[in-house]
Amino acid sequence: MAAEPLIRLRGVTKTFGSGAGAFQALRGVDLDIEAGEFVAVMGPSGSGKSTMMNILGCLDTPTSGEYLFQGFHVERLDGDERALLRRRYLGFVFQGFNLLARTSALENVELPLLYRGEPPRARREAALAALAQVGLAEWWDHTPAELSGGQQQRVAIARAIVTMPRVLFADEPTGNLDTARSIEIMELLRGFNARGITILMVTHEAEMAAYARSVVHIRDGVVASVERRDP
Amino acid sequence: MSALGPTLALAFREIRRHLLRSFLTVLGIVIGVAAVVTMVTLGNGATAAVQEQISGLGANLLQVRPGQGFGRGGGGPAPPDFQMDDVEAIRTQVAGVVAVVPVAQSSGTVVRNAANWSTTITGTTAEYFTAQQWTLATGRVFTPAEEQAGKAVCVIGSTVQQNLFRTEDPLGERFRIRDVSCEVIGTLVTRGQGTFGQSQDDVVLMPIKTVQRRFTGNRNLRIITVQVDPAYDTVTVTASIQALLRERRNISGARQDDFNIFDTAQISQTLQGTTRILTALLGAVAAVSLLVGGIGIMNIMLVSVTERTREIGIRLAIGAVGREVLQQFLVEAIVLSCLGGLVGLALAFVASWALAPVLNVPFMFDPRINVIAFLFSALIGVVFGYFPARRAAALNPIEALRHE
Repeated sequence: MAAEPLIRLRGVTKTFGSGAGAFQALRGVDLDIEAGEFVAVMGPSGSGKSTMMNILGCLDTPTSGEYLFQGFHVERLDGDERALLRRRYLGFVFQGFNLLARTSALENVELPLLYRGEPPRARREAALAALAQVGLAEWWDHTPAELSGGQQQRVAIARAIVTMPRVLFADEPTGNLDTARSIEIMELLRGFNARGITILMVTHEAEMAAYARSVVHIRDGVVASVERRDP
Repeated sequence: MSALGPTLALAFREIRRHLLRSFLTVLGIVIGVAAVVTMVTLGNGATAAVQEQISGLGANLLQVRPGQGFGRGGGGPAPPDFQMDDVEAIRTQVAGVVAVVPVAQSSGTVVRNAANWSTTITGTTAEYFTAQQWTLATGRVFTPAEEQAGKAVCVIGSTVQQNLFRTEDPLGERFRIRDVSCEVIGTLVTRGQGTFGQSQDDVVLMPIKTVQRRFTGNRNLRIITVQVDPAYDTVTVTASIQALLRERRNISGARQDDFNIFDTAQISQTLQGTTRILTALLGAVAAVSLLVGGIGIMNIMLVSVTERTREIGIRLAIGAVGREVLQQFLVEAIVLSCLGGLVGLALAFVASWALAPVLNVPFMFDPRINVIAFLFSALIGVVFGYFPARRAAALNPIEALRHE
């Protein structure tokens, strides 16, 4: 693992628009992330951290530069190939939860398994197990509208980890929650990290970043500093 | 997800989630399918009804009458009636005739005890019954001996029977026509209205000689009915009879016929063609409403794609490929329109079943048009669902997730 990191960005740039109105969000990012890490990405708004996360999450492509995920050149993949990569290796947790409305917690958690073509029985069992891991086993038949914000975020985490992804991307996962709920969420994330899931989390709260083992600071479209804390 | 099962389940769940909207969406399809199928079903019934009424005139029959058209013709002297030797001539000189039946007609009041009834008296031969496809309810037809001797025997239609005999058995009974006492030897089954609305059951049939001697007082024939061999074309036989009669009646060159030949088969074909065209026309008008229904589906599916942009974003982020999102929306549109089609078929079944008796046509369930209409509604789902589905599949996951 030491030779080949899980994620390697080399000279990644991203420009939005063209001509006079062009805006360069990333100006040459170099970053290595080893498997099993828990990384917090911090930076002021407009620093390019969301853009970098979108590229890291294979939702977007760099304008130039290289992105190697497990040695694969992600920048060379097309939209559907990146979708298959997300399906196979990645999980997402968003600030706004992004659960399907009017759909039960169980069905929400089953969704990634559905796209993986798992049979219904296996889907159900795995989804119930994932809900149990986030402490929502009894809430499986509730729709997002019937759940609190903290519960919704826990359903979202269950949906992200039900496939046992290599990397979990969390974009401000506690942004919409109070401190007590935020701590619950961070404890959950730390637990899954301990079980081998690499976690990349965007946050602007130092308290939450304290859960991570390293913090990457982004400023003006480049990596300003990488701060490692050994536990 | 390439398996159809989960996609179908998703589609049904989405439809159930918006039950009212789904119903309104497919209302156009429902009405369209119902209209097309009802129109065609009733149209087929009408065609069958016309066919049925035409066949009441007799199969492969030619009716030869003096005069042009249905009347006796315009000015000038009335054209002469036919004679028995015309009948003989057609029988012996025209190929492809099975029977040539002379008909003499008179009218009169029939009287029995206190009951009396004004009716048509038709003098003819026993062949008339087979040619006109009359079935006897009771009794028998005239014997050759009775025809030869001009006996006063008769077969009566159900209208005459009811008016003279009520519920009594008329067989062997006698009644009076003018001053002739006549014995009932048979009764006809009820036939109802004819093609032109006249009652076919208001008849008294007697041997032709009896009618000529006792009532008309001459040997003239009003109609010669010719039954054509089914192996022969009625058009050729008509032409032969026309040529023969022109010769016999000394009509030469460009002079018009003073008789007419009424071909029931041809009339039947013409009328059927007309009802078929009308059916197709009504069906086509109804098909336009199907098209409008399809546009309704596309409209709602487009709205639905916009409304569910965030959902699509979530699915894409989780790892759905474009094809799967396309498939989801396409299947949803197809399921919707197929459900609409099924409801439309059910509605059409009920509507045509209820309307058929009102319009006085038989209810004829036509599986073919039902299948066609259903497949067409599925096709509408594919065609009008594809565009919104492609739009959904082409969404960028980041922008879709940001969509409020």
